[in-house]
Amino acid sequence: MSTDTPDASTDETPSRAELAARVEELEEELADVSAEVGDDNKKMSIISTKGTLDMAYPPLILASTAAAFGYEVTVFHTFWGLDILHEERSKDLKLSSVGNPNMPVPNVVGALPGMDRMTTKMMEKKIEDNETASIEELIETSLDMGVEFQACQMTIELMDYDEDNFYDGVTTGVGAATAIQDMAEADIQLLV
Amino acid sequence: MSSQFDITETLDVKGASCPMPVVKTKSAIDELAEGEVLEVVATDSGSMSDIEGWADSTGGVELLDQVEDGDVFKHYVRKTE
Repeated sequence: MSTDTPDASTDETPSRAELAARVEELEEELADVSAEVGDDNKKMSIISTKGTLDMAYPPLILASTAAAFGYEVTVFHTFWGLDILHEERSKDLKLSSVGNPNMPVPNVVGALPGMDRMTTKMMEKKIEDNETASIEELIETSLDMGVEFQACQMTIELMDYDEDNFYDGVTTGVGAATAIQDMAEADIQLLV
Repeated sequence: MSSQFDITETLDVKGASCPMPVVKTKSAIDELAEGEVLEVVATDSGSMSDIEGWADSTGGVELLDQVEDGDVFKHYVRKTE
């Protein structure tokens, strides 16, 4: 056997100690992976960007339902989505009478003054008649169930809102990075 | 029909529509102890599929029965842990 390559045998056949160390290392890694996979805290992340009456419902219905399913839910509200969390404005969300071909009136009629108010009233009446939950009720229920509502700080300032305008329990002082982090960790990500 | 199990609590969600029957069922189940049975009385026809789906994907609950009784839908859920 050559003496200038004393490590040759260990290169090919790791020592018992090295193997033991490697096994330990892999066991630790496996434990980490299993902990991650076995994490039964399912997560959902919703980005809510619209503030019309019809578009306020889907994020709130999905958030409260997911919470009932045991998901940890965060809803990041940005741009007009902020109005859903705005205590006053959330009670006065409007429905647009233009841009929706399913509306009972043609766009040229829908564009007339007062039409948005009329279609909003019609929708509000339907919501009431069907005993569909109000926006406020859905927010309060979701908060009770542990849903985290986040109000995007940049758009709070852009829209000239104040942190006190929002429902109690709404998280402020968060930005896109928080949303990305939540989305990265979530099992379900939705943009509404 | 409900002779196989004793009902501990009844949740009346008549009139309420999606998502309230499921959401309120979850909250009511949280208040029960292991082994107790919740009866949910709803008028939302979607509750048949919704509560079944919820019970199926949620740990710690077992859907014992679902009964359509005229305009009313009754659901029986046992808390199992």
